[in-house]
Amino acid sequence: MADRLAVDIGGTFTDVVLETDRRHVTTKVLTTHAEPADGVMSGLAQVLDQAGTDPGAIDVVLHGTTLATNALIERRGAKTVLVTTEGHRDVLEMAFENRFEQYDVNIDRPEPLVPRRWRLTVPERMDASGEVLTPLDRAAVEGLVPRLVEEGVESIAVGFLHGYANPTHERLVRDVLGAAMPDLSVTLASDVCPEIREFERFSTACANAYVKPLMSRYLADLRDRLNALGVRCPFLMMTSGGGLCSVETAREFPIRLVESGPAGGAILAAQIAADLKLPRVVSLDMGGTTAKICLIDDGEPLLSRSFEVDRSYRFKKGSGLPVRIPVVEMVEIGAGGGSLASVDRLGRIQVGPQSAGSEPGPACYGRGGTHATVTDADVVLDRLDPTRFAGGTLHLDVDAARAVVEADVAQRWASADDGVSEAADAIAEVVDENMAAAARAHAAEWGKEIASRTLIAFGGAAPIHAANIADKLELDAVLVPPAAGVGSAVGFLAAPVSYEVVRSRYLRLSVFDRDVMDEVMADMRAEAEAVVGPVALGELFEIRRAYMRYVGQGFEIAVPVEESTAEGLRRAFDGAYEQLYGRLIPGLDVEVLSWTLTLLAGREGLKTHVSSPDAMSTGCAATPGNDSRVARQDLSVGDPVVGPVAIVEDQTTTVVPAGFEARVDRYGNVILRRSP
Amino acid sequence: MSNIRDQLVWNRLLAIVEEQAQTLMRTAFSAVVREAGDLSAGVFDTTGAMLAQAVTGTPGHVNAMAASVGKFLARYPLVELAPGDVLLTNDPWDGTGHLNDFTVVTPVFRNERPVALFAATSHIADVGGRGFGPDAGEVFEEGLRVPIMKLFDQGRLDDSLMRLVAANVRDPVVAEGDLYSLTACNRNGGEQLLKAMRDFDLDELDGVGQWIIDTSRTAMRDEIRGLRDGVYCREMTVDGYDEPIEVSCALTIAGDAIEVDFAGSSGLSAFGINVPLNYTEAYASFGVRCVVGNDIPNNAGSLEPVTVRAPAGSILNAEPPAAVSARHALGQMLPDVVLGCLDQAIPGVVPAEGASCIWNPVLRNLATAGGNFTNAPFVINPIFNGGTGARATKDGLSTTAFPSGVRTTPTEVNEVTAPLIIQRREYRPGSGGEGKHRGGLGQTIEIAHAEGAPFVISKMFERIRHPARGRRGGGSGAPGRVYIKGGEELRGKGQDVVPPGATLVMETPGGGGMGIPAQRDPAAADLDEEAGLV
Repeated sequence: MADRLAVDIGGTFTDVVLETDRRHVTTKVLTTHAEPADGVMSGLAQVLDQAGTDPGAIDVVLHGTTLATNALIERRGAKTVLVTTEGHRDVLEMAFENRFEQYDVNIDRPEPLVPRRWRLTVPERMDASGEVLTPLDRAAVEGLVPRLVEEGVESIAVGFLHGYANPTHERLVRDVLGAAMPDLSVTLASDVCPEIREFERFSTACANAYVKPLMSRYLADLRDRLNALGVRCPFLMMTSGGGLCSVETAREFPIRLVESGPAGGAILAAQIAADLKLPRVVSLDMGGTTAKICLIDDGEPLLSRSFEVDRSYRFKKGSGLPVRIPVVEMVEIGAGGGSLASVDRLGRIQVGPQSAGSEPGPACYGRGGTHATVTDADVVLDRLDPTRFAGGTLHLDVDAARAVVEADVAQRWASADDGVSEAADAIAEVVDENMAAAARAHAAEWGKEIASRTLIAFGGAAPIHAANIADKLELDAVLVPPAAGVGSAVGFLAAPVSYEVVRSRYLRLSVFDRDVMDEVMADMRAEAEAVVGPVALGELFEIRRAYMRYVGQGFEIAVPVEESTAEGLRRAFDGAYEQLYGRLIPGLDVEVLSWTLTLLAGREGLKTHVSSPDAMSTGCAATPGNDSRVARQDLSVGDPVVGPVAIVEDQTTTVVPAGFEARVDRYGNVILRRSP
Repeated sequence: MSNIRDQLVWNRLLAIVEEQAQTLMRTAFSAVVREAGDLSAGVFDTTGAMLAQAVTGTPGHVNAMAASVGKFLARYPLVELAPGDVLLTNDPWDGTGHLNDFTVVTPVFRNERPVALFAATSHIADVGGRGFGPDAGEVFEEGLRVPIMKLFDQGRLDDSLMRLVAANVRDPVVAEGDLYSLTACNRNGGEQLLKAMRDFDLDELDGVGQWIIDTSRTAMRDEIRGLRDGVYCREMTVDGYDEPIEVSCALTIAGDAIEVDFAGSSGLSAFGINVPLNYTEAYASFGVRCVVGNDIPNNAGSLEPVTVRAPAGSILNAEPPAAVSARHALGQMLPDVVLGCLDQAIPGVVPAEGASCIWNPVLRNLATAGGNFTNAPFVINPIFNGGTGARATKDGLSTTAFPSGVRTTPTEVNEVTAPLIIQRREYRPGSGGEGKHRGGLGQTIEIAHAEGAPFVISKMFERIRHPARGRRGGGSGAPGRVYIKGGEELRGKGQDVVPPGATLVMETPGGGGMGIPAQRDPAAADLDEEAGLV
C-alpha cells in the first residue's frame, strides 16, 4: 500500500512524518527561512532514507505551514493596495475604535497592513440589500493603473461596503485591473469573506492579499521540487479550520492557512478522542512560548470563524489583526517552557507572557539565557533528565538553572528564606494556575464544563505540567500520545478534505422565506463542491450552520441547521442558545445574519497508531525502584508506574506526581490517573 | 509574609471576577453591555471591602461599585442575610450614578457562615421616564428608582418587585432578562469561589483578603511616596448643556496619599448632566490610576490612598433630586483635568487632552414625518469617537475611545438596522492638535435618510466650543461640529430634526498635541503629509 507524507513548517522546526503501512517515521529539521522548501526537502530525504522507501511510493502529501503567519507578524508581505468605497477610506485603521487595555495610556493599536496612502477610493455604493445606489466609476478604476504600475504594487484587495450582498462592483474592478495588469494578484473581499461587518471583512481581504504572492511562489516552488524528486501525487494543504484543501485553493486563499500547525495538533487530539471513545476532552499544546488549549466534544474540536493574527500586547484579545476564516477555536496564552519568571513590586511571582523563546532559551540550555524560565524551574525541581533532554543533544546546566531561579525569584520573593526549590515550585504553580484559569474561562465563554474531561497533552512542555493542571481542573485523566513532539504533523494525517463557505443573507424567522435559504445553500454547495470535489475521494458530507441572534442583539451564535423551516431553525437556535447561556428569552423574534456550509470528505484517519519506533518493544516491566526516572520505551503495556516518577523520552518528559499512576495503553499512549 | 498559596488565591479571585464579567457580558440584553462592556463585577470581603474587580470597559464603575457594597451592608447587615438572598438597587447615589445602572449584590456562605459577597452592575437600556438623555429637570423624570431591596429572599423571587420594574420600563423583557443575568453571574462567581476555597482548604476569606488589601495599599503608597509633594491645580471649561461649566481641580500629593478636590467647580445644571459624587470619584481616581499604580489590581487597598472630594451641591457632587441621566458627558471629561494636575507632578508621562466624551447620538424616525415616506420606525445609538491626546513620546490615537472603553458598531450593521445611509465615515484630516507629537484625529460622519425622510437626532456631545488643549507647546485639537450639510450649525446637546433630503454631518473632536510643532520629526511630518492626515 501507498505511503502518506505530512510536513509541518513551524517557526523554529520543520516536522516531517512518513506514514507507511507499518509505522510512522518522523524527523525534525530546522526551518530554513530564506527558502522554506530546502528544509522540507532535507527532512523528506531523511524519512525516506529511514523508512527505506522511494519517493514514488508516496501517495499523498499533506502540508501545513506557519509561513503566512510569520509574514504577517514580521510585516514581510507584498506591497498591497486596498481599493475601497469613496468616503470610507479608513475602515481598516479605525477598526473598533477601542483600546484593548484600559489602564495603559501608551498602547498602540495594530498597524494596518495597508497604510493610508495605499488605501485608494473610487465612487460606487451599494445599500444593505445589494441595490446599487451609485454605479461604479469605471474611469476612476482605470485611472488607478498608472500609479499601481509606477509604484510596483504586487497585490490588491478590493473591499466595498455591502459587497457581501452584491459583489458585481468588486468583480468589475478585478476585470478592469486584471486586463491592464495581468500579473497583479487580486483578492476580493466578497470572495474571501462574504460576511457583513466591513472592518473584519476588509481586514481579512487585506491579510489575504498581503501574503498571496509570497505563498503562491512558495507553493509553486515546493510542488516543482517534489515533482523533480519523483513525488507526483496529490498535494493537499492543512487549513486553520482543521480540514485539507487543494494547493490551488490555498494559493487563492492563503489566509486560510494561518493556524494550520496548531489546528493539526487539535485534530490529532480529536482523532485520539474518537479512537478511544473519549466523549469530553481538552487538549493542551504547550511549547516554548505559548500554551494552546482546545475543547473537543464527541471527537470534534470546537470551531469558530474569528481569529486574531499577532496579538502583540501580552496575547491580549484585541491587540492583533482580526481575520474571519474557519478556525479550530483555541485559547492561547503566554505560558511555555521559555516563559520568563519574575517577582513584581507587589511581591507576586509573575510568569510570562515574555519568553526567552528558543534563542537564547532558558538559562539551563547554556546558550546565553540569563533569566529564570519555566524550564529552569522544572530543572531545579529535578523533573527533567539533564542528560536526556532533546534526545541527549542538549545537556542541561542544572547549576545555571538554580542560579537564575535564585537571583530572579527566590531572592526577590517575600518568602526568600524558603529557598530555591520552593521558588521553583512556586513558578511551576503559577504557570499551571495560569493555564488552568485560561481553560476555565474558555470553557465558561463557550458554555461548556471543564471538570471530568480527559486532558490530552503534547508539545515539549505540556506533559511536564499536565498532571498538576488536571488536578486544578478536576480532570479525570491525562493522556500523552507517542511522538507528542511532532503532534501537529501527525494530526494532518487524520484530517479530512473539507472546505467551508460563508454568505451573509438576512432572514427574520417571523417572515421566513424558504426560497432565500435554499438559494443560499445551493449557491454555497456549488462553491464548496468546486473546491472539494476534485481532491476528495468517496462520499461528501455537508454541515450547515446559521449565525443567529435575538432581534436587536449584538452577537450571533452558530446554530447547526438540520431542517429548512422556520420552526426547525427556531428549535435549533433555542437548543444552542440555552446550551451557551443557560436560558431562553420568551417572546422575542430571531434573525439570521449569515450562513455557512462545510463540505467534507470522509476522514481517512490514521492507518496505524502513532508509535515511536521502539515503544512497546521490550517485554520487561518497568522497574522504577528508587530511581525517579524511567524511559518511556522501557514501559510495557498495562503495567502501572506509580508516582512520583518522571517518564522520559526524546522530545518530552511526562511527570507523574505522587498520588498519580501511569500506564501505557496498547496504542502507546501514556495515561495518568489518580491512584485508587 | 506572603506565601504561594495566598498569591494563588489572589490570582484565582481575579480569574473568578473576569469569568463573572464574561458571563454577564455574553448573556446581557442591553447592547451597551454586550458591545461596549458597560458593566462591572467584583468580589468583596465580609466587611464590604473589595478584594478583586474585573477589568471592563467602564472606568465609571471603578470605585463606584466598590463603595456601593458598604451601602448595601448598612441597609442589610450580613448577620441578617441568609443563603439565597440577592440584593438590588439602581439608586444613582447608592449604585453607580444613574438609574440605568442596576447593581446586584449576593452573599456567599460556606458551612452556613457568610464568607464573601459578589456584586455586579450592568446598564439597562431603558428604565422608563423620559428615556436615556440629558433633558430631565429632576431624577424623578428619569425613570424608576429602586432603593436597596431584596430581589430574592432565601432563593424566592420577590415577584412584586419584578412586576413593578416590568410595569415601569419600555422594554420589560430586556430589563427582567438583565436582572436575571446579574443574579446568575453572581451565583456563578459564588460557586467558583466556594470551589476555590475547597481547593485551597480555606474556611474563610478575610485573612487572605486582608493580605491582598494590605499588599496593594502598600504598593500604591510606596509609589505615591516617590512623587513630588505639592498642590497641583488645573481648570477646564466644558460646553455643558446650555451654558459652559467650569471644572476646577486641586490635586494634593502629601506623603503617601493623593487628594483630589473639585472645590470651585460650577454649581448644579438644570439638566441631566449632573454627576453624583460616586461617579466623580470613579473617573477622577481612574485618571490618577492611568499614570500612578496602573499595574496594581483594583481593590479596597489600592483605591484607599486616593481620595476625591467635591463641594456638596456642585455639579460634581449632585444630590437628590438632581437629574443625572447623562452624567457620563461630564464624568468622562474628568480624567483630562486630573491628568492636567499630575502633569505638573510627574512631567513627561501624561498625555495631552483628548476628545474624551464619546459621541453617541440617538438617531430615530420622526413620528410625524408626513410626505410620501414609508417612515419605518427605527432607533439606533451608534458610538463615534474623536482623537486621544498626544502621548509623552508618541502621537495620540485617532478615533479611539478614552477614558471609556467602548467599541463602535459597523457602518454595515447600522445600515441594516436603520433606513439610513452613512455616506462618509473617515478620518478628519487636520483635526489632530499640532505638536512634536500630534494629537489623534477625529472623524467626519455624514448621514442621510435612505428615502430622504426627515429624522431625529438626540445629542450629548462635548468639545464643540472648548477643544482639547495641547501640552508643552502643543496645539489644541480641532473642536467638534454638528451641522446640516450646506445648512445650519446645530448645538451639542438636546434634540433636533434633520429636514427631508438633508445630510447630517458630525465632526468629532481631535486630540491635543504634545510639545512644540517645530520639533516634530521631519520623517513623521512627511508621513502625515503623504497619508493626507494634515
